[in-house]
Amino acid sequence: MSVKKVLHDLVVAKNIHLNNRHFILELQAPEPLPGLLPGQFVQLLVNDSPSTFLRRPFSIHAFDEVNNAFRLLIQIKGEGTRHLSHLKVGEKLNVMYPLGNSFSRPPGKEVLLVGGGCGVAPLLFLGKWLKEQDVNVTLLTGWKRKEDIFEKEAYQQCGEVLITTEDGSEGEPGMVTGHSIFKSGRNFDRIYCCGPDRMMKAVAHIATRRGIDCEVSLENTMACGFGVCLCCITPTNHGNQRVCMEGPVFSIKELGW
Amino acid sequence: MIDLTLKIGHLNLKNPVMTASGTFGYGEEYRDFLDLSRLGGIVVKAVTGSNRDGNAYPRMAETPSGMLNSVGLQNKGVDHFVKEIYPVIKDFNTNVIVNVSGSTIEEYVAVAEKINELEKVPAIELNISCPNVKHGGMAFGTIPATATEVTAAVRKVYQKDLIVKLSPNVTSIQEMAKAVVDGGADIISLINTLLGMAIDADKRKPVLSTLTGGLSGPAIKPIALRMVWQVSKAVHVPVIGMGGIMNATDAIEFILAGASAVQVGTANFIDPAVTVKIVEGIEAYCRLHKFSSVKELIGGLNS
Repeated sequence: MSVKKVLHDLVVAKNIHLNNRHFILELQAPEPLPGLLPGQFVQLLVNDSPSTFLRRPFSIHAFDEVNNAFRLLIQIKGEGTRHLSHLKVGEKLNVMYPLGNSFSRPPGKEVLLVGGGCGVAPLLFLGKWLKEQDVNVTLLTGWKRKEDIFEKEAYQQCGEVLITTEDGSEGEPGMVTGHSIFKSGRNFDRIYCCGPDRMMKAVAHIATRRGIDCEVSLENTMACGFGVCLCCITPTNHGNQRVCMEGPVFSIKELGW
Repeated sequence: MIDLTLKIGHLNLKNPVMTASGTFGYGEEYRDFLDLSRLGGIVVKAVTGSNRDGNAYPRMAETPSGMLNSVGLQNKGVDHFVKEIYPVIKDFNTNVIVNVSGSTIEEYVAVAEKINELEKVPAIELNISCPNVKHGGMAFGTIPATATEVTAAVRKVYQKDLIVKLSPNVTSIQEMAKAVVDGGADIISLINTLLGMAIDADKRKPVLSTLTGGLSGPAIKPIALRMVWQVSKAVHVPVIGMGGIMNATDAIEFILAGASAVQVGTANFIDPAVTVKIVEGIEAYCRLHKFSSVKELIGGLNS
C-alpha cells in the first residue's frame, strides 16, 4: 500500500491570496506525480528563512492529476509561512511527499465533512474524491466571521455547504458543534473532521453519542514527517502511533475520543 | 581515486559517514531516499531491555538553528528487536550498529549480551547520555566512576567493538572520556544532545511535556567541535564526532578536530538523503585539497 516517498523540486504554478492570513500554493511537477490521496500531506523546505529550521507539513488541499499539480492551503502563522506566502510563480520548492495515510472509503453513501478555519484544507480534496464515488457529501464549516469565509463555491461543487460563524454574520451563529444539522435527526454513515483538537474532540463526542463512525485528521508537531523522529506520536488503543505514518487520519475509536 | 575507507577499532568503514541513533529509525524508513550501502554505517534507534512507550506528547520544539526533543527512548525492547527487526536489517550492506540503553547496569548488560549474539551487528553504541529518561541514560554518563562501571560491566559480556556515546552535559568531557576508556571502551562517540528548554510565552508553559529536552542541530555544533577536539587529545581511542552536522564542510571540521568518523543526526529529518551528499562532499574536498585519503585529514588542523 505504501507509495514510494520522493523529494522533488516543484515549481510554484500559482500563489493565490485568499485574505490577509490564508493563501493557496499550487505546485507543479514536470512529470506525472505519484498517486495522492485525500488526507495525505507534504513537507516543504522553506529556503531563505533562517528561523525556519525544519520542514513544514501541509495537507493536500486539491489534486490536479491531469496537470501534475496539487494545491496547499496555508495559514500565515510565523516567519516560515510568511516567507512561503511571498513566493512567486516559477520559483521552486523542495517537497517531500506523499506522506501519511489517507481518509478511508465510507461504509455508506451519506457523509458529513466538518472543518474549522484552516482545518478545511484536506476536506476539499476529500469532498471531490468522495463525490467521484457517488457519495452524497454535506460539508459543515465553521468560521469567525463572514469576511473569513473562502472558496465556498469550490466546496459547493462537492455537495451542500453549511456554515456557522461565531458572530452570526453568515449561516448559523456559534460553533460547528451547535449546528442544527446535528439535531435534525439526519443520519450519516460517517463524519470526517479536521480542525483544532478541541473542535475535533467535540465533534467526536457528538459522533459517539449518535453512533456515527468518525475519522479525524491530527496536526501534531513533527520533525521528520516520515516516521523516524517519533515526535508526533498520539496515544491510541494500540499504543503510541506516529501521526506522520499511521496517521494523520485516525478513527475516533482508535484514539479513544 | 580518493580513498575514503578507514578502520576504527575492528570496524571497517567504507567512508567516515554514519547516521546518529534516534534520527535514522532502523534504516528501513530511509530506503525510499537513499542507498544505505553508500554509508559507512548506521546506528539504529536505542534498544532497551523491555518495551518503553516513551514520553508524552509534545516531544519536540523547534529552536533557533535546531530542535529540542524528549522522545524518551521509545522502543519495543531487545527481544522484539532481535526477533522482528534484526532479520530485516541484518543484510544491509553497511555496518549496522545498535545503540544500547537502560535504566540499570543490569539492563545495559542484558541488552548487550543479547546483541552480542547477533552475527551481523559488528558493534554497539552504549548510550549513557540520553537526557530524556528519568532513570539511567544520562545519569550514567555524567559521573566518571559510574561511567567506568557501566562500561566495564558491558565490556565483560560484549566481545565486539564497544562504542560509548558521551553526554555533553558535564563539567569535564575529557574526564568522562578517560573514564569510559578505563572501563574498556574501544571507540568514543560524542556529543549526545544538550539539555535545554523551550517556553511558549503566549501559553506561559514549557513546550515539552517533560519540561526539558535534548537540543540538537547546528546550534550545538561549536560545542560539539570543541568537545571532540578535547577528547581526541585526551584519549587514544578513535573518536566519532557529531553534533549539528548539516553538510560535508561540517563533517570535515569534525574530522579536522580529531574525529575519525562522523555521525549525522538531525539533518536527516530535513534532507533524508543528506548523508550520501556528505560522502560525496568529503570526496570532493579531498580532491580539491589534494588529499589521497580521508585518513590524512584526521586531527589535521594547521597550527
